[in-house]
Amino acid sequence: MQLQALQDLVHTTRDARRKQTLPKFPAAERDQLIKKYHPDHRENAYRLITFGPNAGEKTVRELAALLEGDSPVPAELDLTPTHSTDVLVVGGGGAGCAAALHAHAQGVKVLLATKLRLGDSNTVMAQGGIQVAITDEDSPVQHFLDTLKGGHMQNDHQLLKTMVEEGPSIAKWLLELGVLFDRDADGNLHVKKGGGSSKPRLLTCSDYTGLEIMRVLKDEVLNQKIQLLEFSAAVELLSDGTGACTGAILQDLDNKRYFVVAAKTVILATGGIGRLHIQGFPTSNHYGATGDALPMSYRLGAKLLQIDTFQYHPTGAVHPEQLIGALVTEGIRSEGGHLVNAQGERFVNELDTRDVVSSSIIRECEEGRGVRTTTGRIGVWLDTPLLDVESGAGTLEKHFPAMVRQYKRYGLDITKDPVLIYPTLHYQNGGVQIDVNGESGARNLFVAGEASGGLHGRNRLMGNSLLDLMVYGKRSGRTAAERAKAMKHGALTLEHLARFRSEAKKHGGALATHSPMLFPDYVRKEG
Amino acid sequence: MVVDKSMELKGFDKSVAIDQEEVLRPKMVTVEIAGKKYEVPEGITVIKALWYSGQEVIRGAGCLGGYCGACATYYRTKDDPKVRTCLACSTAVEEGMSFTMVPPFPARKAIYRMAELKDPKQDLFNLYPEAPLCRNCNACTEACPQGIDVRDGVWQAVFGDFKKVSEMFMDCVMCGLCVPVCIADIAPNLVALYASRAQGAFFSEKPKRLHDRIDEIAQGKYQSEWNRVLGMNEQQLKDVCAAIK
Repeated sequence: MQLQALQDLVHTTRDARRKQTLPKFPAAERDQLIKKYHPDHRENAYRLITFGPNAGEKTVRELAALLEGDSPVPAELDLTPTHSTDVLVVGGGGAGCAAALHAHAQGVKVLLATKLRLGDSNTVMAQGGIQVAITDEDSPVQHFLDTLKGGHMQNDHQLLKTMVEEGPSIAKWLLELGVLFDRDADGNLHVKKGGGSSKPRLLTCSDYTGLEIMRVLKDEVLNQKIQLLEFSAAVELLSDGTGACTGAILQDLDNKRYFVVAAKTVILATGGIGRLHIQGFPTSNHYGATGDALPMSYRLGAKLLQIDTFQYHPTGAVHPEQLIGALVTEGIRSEGGHLVNAQGERFVNELDTRDVVSSSIIRECEEGRGVRTTTGRIGVWLDTPLLDVESGAGTLEKHFPAMVRQYKRYGLDITKDPVLIYPTLHYQNGGVQIDVNGESGARNLFVAGEASGGLHGRNRLMGNSLLDLMVYGKRSGRTAAERAKAMKHGALTLEHLARFRSEAKKHGGALATHSPMLFPDYVRKEG
Repeated sequence: MVVDKSMELKGFDKSVAIDQEEVLRPKMVTVEIAGKKYEVPEGITVIKALWYSGQEVIRGAGCLGGYCGACATYYRTKDDPKVRTCLACSTAVEEGMSFTMVPPFPARKAIYRMAELKDPKQDLFNLYPEAPLCRNCNACTEACPQGIDVRDGVWQAVFGDFKKVSEMFMDCVMCGLCVPVCIADIAPNLVALYASRAQGAFFSEKPKRLHDRIDEIAQGKYQSEWNRVLGMNEQQLKDVCAAIK
């Protein structure tokens, strides 16, 4: 059948589908579905890590290769520093900017290095909002419990308690910097309800919350005259010979040269791993989301946590080509949008949890009931026109203006025709293990934001990521600055790397690739 | 025709019977990138066309989702003399299109301490003295890939309607395409960012409920509740969570 005919089928089956009620899967069937189709349970996508702090634990093959990968830095590199600072922040997204600003406010010298431009990050794309418990019927304790439930009870309690309690003061800080959160008529902050949360708790800046926060933080970093190195990627950490971090080796991406930054403390805020395209998945992540903190901290001896679990958002765009991997908001399903296969049938209760819905979409596609796009991708329909049919013309336009506009740019009218979607790799649930001040297992090495792990358990709730960045950016920034005040620079050595390399040589297949990856390789080599 | 790894999707198995004929045969189009002609698949984004033609892009790639403004690009469609602007991550290539990415432009950003401003609407003229010199050519508005009425925004800032500016520029991605075209050397995006921040920091109501909550936490209002919850064993906590609606 042609794509047009398949699309017509969504229209002709709509009335019949509207009369249907699809129950949620019984527990046993649900578990079986997840086990068989959720990407986290694809045994052949995983392997054991052979050596290092997480030896014997499993993670996805793409990440395992990077963790066991070699540093691009030659052992004989001259370690004379070209820059010297109290605090080195690596990463220019939300966590990096927050860390730099709070460290700077302590009166120490801060250097912020980022491999792209300041602000190029996943933060800038966050649409959902930031969770802060402020209403009378809500409380930090409720926020804690909701998040714990969402994380399948696997969250670190102390990290989580700290985050939810500091939420309100973070919101105040952002307001003072000029962030324009949506308001109620009485001047209070407007709150919206997010998936998996029992109370309305999302503070928003229309559907541009991340963009608004990032614009302001970026501007503030410049206003505070924090030393900034753009297009400078950290590729290896430095240690003092006893395992404490003393700086980093960076690469200037314009001339490819390595240079050395001596720092009393280092904060890695390099974000997640979407651009590793784990298991071949498209991603909603930015270009630089290659998990750089993970192999660098690993080589220095820091333990990672929950690196076997990732969040796949059920509805990523697969058509048109320009929107591949981009999120189609969960709101469409919340308001009654059906998921429909190539035979015009529904196959899941659309309001089931993210892991169940993602698994069921993958099942349809793998069992031959998916729809191929004109560029060869595969997906199922999200019946968007249904919302206007159910709730009256103009509903989509009114409730999802950004979505309607996003598709209109490419000549698609989602009020008239359904869209094709497939799960998209969205978030790294785990990361480097940290304490409540953001310090990793390696002394004087801090990690903040998506690069860190433990806080979100095995599944992150919508709106908790922005809060994580701000709270742990702040805590790591402050602690790293206070620590730096009371100490001298340490020796700059690659002793940890020598040890890592000699350990790696005992294991076949290690050091096969260089890490960190820095960017995905999309350049076509032959034409 | 594989452009990136994300093409190698799960379930992309030819043995799985999906009865559609038109797939996997993308039509090729000829585009001109910085003066050179390349054949690329029709409909891919401008940035993917750059990768497809073998060019590495680091300066110019960012969020790839239309939010960060890293990939500002000039382009022209076949036989049309009009040079337009776009974000390379969010624009499809078509037959006969010519394009080139825009290098960073050395605009001047004013440096200010938000908390130390006394009269932000007046301070605008010290920080950005060029702002009131707009000559109404409207080139900034025409250059904006987000469809913002940039020219009007600059005037609203000058008139002191910072609230209006903040609303108009909420979807500004700071791509900076409005800057090089300005004959009065105004950086409209930076003027708007200043006005928006000032609107938030100076001219918005203090949210009482938020401040009350901060006080409640400081005064230990939730301490007994925390003790109760954190004192639970694993099963009790699980039951409490399972009961959440």
